[in-house]
Amino acid sequence: MRQFAELYTALDATTKTNEKIRHLAGYFRQADPADGAWAVYFLSGRRPRRAMSSRQLAEWARQLAGVPEWLFGECYDAVGDLAETITLLLPDPGDPPAAESLHWWVEETILPLQTMDEDQQRALITDVWNQLPTRQRFVWNKLITGGFRVGVSQKLVMRALAAISAVDRATVAHRMMGDWQPTPAFFSGLLAEETGDADLSRPYPFYLAYPLEDDPAALGPRENWQAEWKWDGIRAQVIRRQGQTFIWSRGEELVTDRYPEVTAAAAHLPDGTAIDGELLAWDAEVLHFSLLQKRIGRKNLTNKLLAEIPVALMAYDLIEHAGRDIRGEPLAARRAWLAETVAAAGSDRLLLSPLVGGSTWADLEAARQNSRAHNVEGIMLKRLESVYKVGRKRGDWWKWKVDPYTVDAVLIYAQRGSGRRAGLYTDYTFAVWDDDGELVTFAKAYSGLTDAEIREVDAFVRRSTQDRFGPVRAVTPELVFEIAFEDLRPSNRHKSGIAVRFPRIVRWRRDKPIEEADSLATIRALLR
Amino acid sequence: MTDLLMPTEKGFYCPPGDFYIDPWQPVPRAVITHVHADHYTPGCGAYTLSAASEHIARVRLGPQANLRLLPYRTPVTFNGVTVSLHPAGHILGSAQVRVEHQGEVWVLSGDYKTDPDPTCAPFEPVACDVFITEATFGLPIYHWPPQAAVFRQINAWWQDNQSQGRASILYGYALGKAQRLLMGVDPSIGPIYTHGAVESINDAYRTSGVDLPPTAYALEAEDADWSRALIVAPPSARGTRWLTRFGPQASGYCSGWMTVRGTRRRWSIDRGFVISDHVDWAQMLGAVRATGAQRVLVTHGYTAAVARWLREHGLDAAAVDTRYRGEDEAS
Repeated sequence: MRQFAELYTALDATTKTNEKIRHLAGYFRQADPADGAWAVYFLSGRRPRRAMSSRQLAEWARQLAGVPEWLFGECYDAVGDLAETITLLLPDPGDPPAAESLHWWVEETILPLQTMDEDQQRALITDVWNQLPTRQRFVWNKLITGGFRVGVSQKLVMRALAAISAVDRATVAHRMMGDWQPTPAFFSGLLAEETGDADLSRPYPFYLAYPLEDDPAALGPRENWQAEWKWDGIRAQVIRRQGQTFIWSRGEELVTDRYPEVTAAAAHLPDGTAIDGELLAWDAEVLHFSLLQKRIGRKNLTNKLLAEIPVALMAYDLIEHAGRDIRGEPLAARRAWLAETVAAAGSDRLLLSPLVGGSTWADLEAARQNSRAHNVEGIMLKRLESVYKVGRKRGDWWKWKVDPYTVDAVLIYAQRGSGRRAGLYTDYTFAVWDDDGELVTFAKAYSGLTDAEIREVDAFVRRSTQDRFGPVRAVTPELVFEIAFEDLRPSNRHKSGIAVRFPRIVRWRRDKPIEEADSLATIRALLR
Repeated sequence: MTDLLMPTEKGFYCPPGDFYIDPWQPVPRAVITHVHADHYTPGCGAYTLSAASEHIARVRLGPQANLRLLPYRTPVTFNGVTVSLHPAGHILGSAQVRVEHQGEVWVLSGDYKTDPDPTCAPFEPVACDVFITEATFGLPIYHWPPQAAVFRQINAWWQDNQSQGRASILYGYALGKAQRLLMGVDPSIGPIYTHGAVESINDAYRTSGVDLPPTAYALEAEDADWSRALIVAPPSARGTRWLTRFGPQASGYCSGWMTVRGTRRRWSIDRGFVISDHVDWAQMLGAVRATGAQRVLVTHGYTAAVARWLREHGLDAAAVDTRYRGEDEAS
């Protein structure tokens, strides 16, 4: 645990990718496979089910520290992170005699929490807090609260593992996909030359496109590119092997049971098939994403729901064909096999992603402008010669999205951020004019300003506070910002009657007085 | 009965003694706890301050300023009000101001710390009826680690940077913090250079008899091997072109604020070292208790939280609005 806490500190002390990889590699090289497995598990963003609420943890910590509730609140506001607040409030026991390893702490003090009642949990957690010195206590708290953010992605972990073994990055990436348990055997298998015991359900790492920002003409001749709609659903991989079907989401969650209609259609696929595509709510045409959302979280599927919101897979690539990994074949060849495979399955729940025509870039631009009429987000451009790569790579696959909607809105509420932004007012609520000439809440947005602008807005919030509601400050309506968003829907849960998707700040409109902010009527006109 | 020290728009004022303590506008008679920028203003008629702060006061206030230098614990009177200065342990020459009139004693602490510091006289508790305290780090999350351990971290960080071929840029406030750091690091590890703002204060410290290790002004160094060097600079040097001369480098920042991970990350510092010239939460409560004061005024920092805590523990406590800022409020 000490080494792991030291690794955490070292990772936290640098923003440079190569430094992070150096520290990760140093840790993995000396780690016991049992510890290495858990380190991979946590650092790649996985976490065990959380057994306690934040409220319980806060309550136990403040009682142990002898701090009243109001003062705990003040401390939390200054720190902006529960695990860290708890760590700082409790006295440092100094260096402990127990030098147990990471896997011991996880298996003996974290996993058992899941089956304990509240009193047992409290006793165990208090005991750990009393034993661990500050830095290790912080890391342990991070492990039990989730949110283990130290600027390390699954990709960095893979690079570090590839760096200390004879295995290439793509192989490590493939081995880290899917549903694995953090066991010593798993960790050793990650680094082994050839395992030969591939998990039946194991998916391939997804190839992700970069946003296209330049003129597509810079990509060369139009005829070298395949154009498709950019569908707005859930990226998924459908796998058929040895008579079984597996559906993986991009979050590497096995979602086979959630989409029985797609699972049934996949039964018509030959063994040794892996299709990359998009799960869509589909009833002769694509239905809005908000309908698909009603299916996403639902485990208990009623016949009514299945009838109202049927789901289909829009297939756009084939990565395993006749039991062979064909990622190295050019897209044109993969597409031809995909078309055959989909046609042979003969199901209206398994669709072949149509090509968008037009022989010139100008034709495609016109089609892109028309995306919203087709209920899609824009156009995907894929080089016909492209192989299927791992992760987000520039050059061969581009997403060419329709321009977002933008609205000028007025800052009316602010709340402090957390993490890196703890203590600063960085979470904003924006309003637009309603039909009666009043400002009505329209969207919340967090990102998009520079650090310097954030400091300026923070100072404005502090001096212009008119009212406080708990952590929220109401400010004098004075600042106008341009807010972009991808989509909007009528909503009766929002005061404005409209819900927007992915709102973010584009720029601070210092040139605009609040009277020139947009009105609800203008925004309503955008609703299709 | 009026208060012996009253907050005014110019600073704390003593009506019977007709003087101000740490005013932020020019006044005829000023008593100064220490010469950090938020505790004095140029242009006052006369400054009463500790004898130990003479040389640094000359750097800050200039040769023309009318200084009335007072050894610690030596009473003087202003219109029948007795005033004496007592070590505050914050920086060289820093003082608490004890004010006594008609049997009532007030103490204004300015900024203070109780951790040991080889560059200045240690804090002494002074019994009083009313204690005016700072609360820069007045939350229980602030708990200073043992200094020896922090200096071991700094030394190890410096050595690690050397092994990676990087210069070590260590930030600390130019007056006080920088000198304390110089006294705490191990000068046998490598050469130590300073920023101009630090070097001018170093001279004043050496003239005052503080035995700082050898340092060289970075701008005058020629052919220096920066990758082995420790460079002590004020926080204001961060992000400036001045830094480019040192080539590959790592930054460390010494402040109580480094307790919180988010602060360090927001300030884009590689390493934070928790070392402060102020009291932490427990030290502050201990200092308040040691004065025996029944009434406490809280001037800057987490004033509302500290005042509330003290009230809940039986003292008459209130927050007072001042312009004191506490520890290098860079952002």
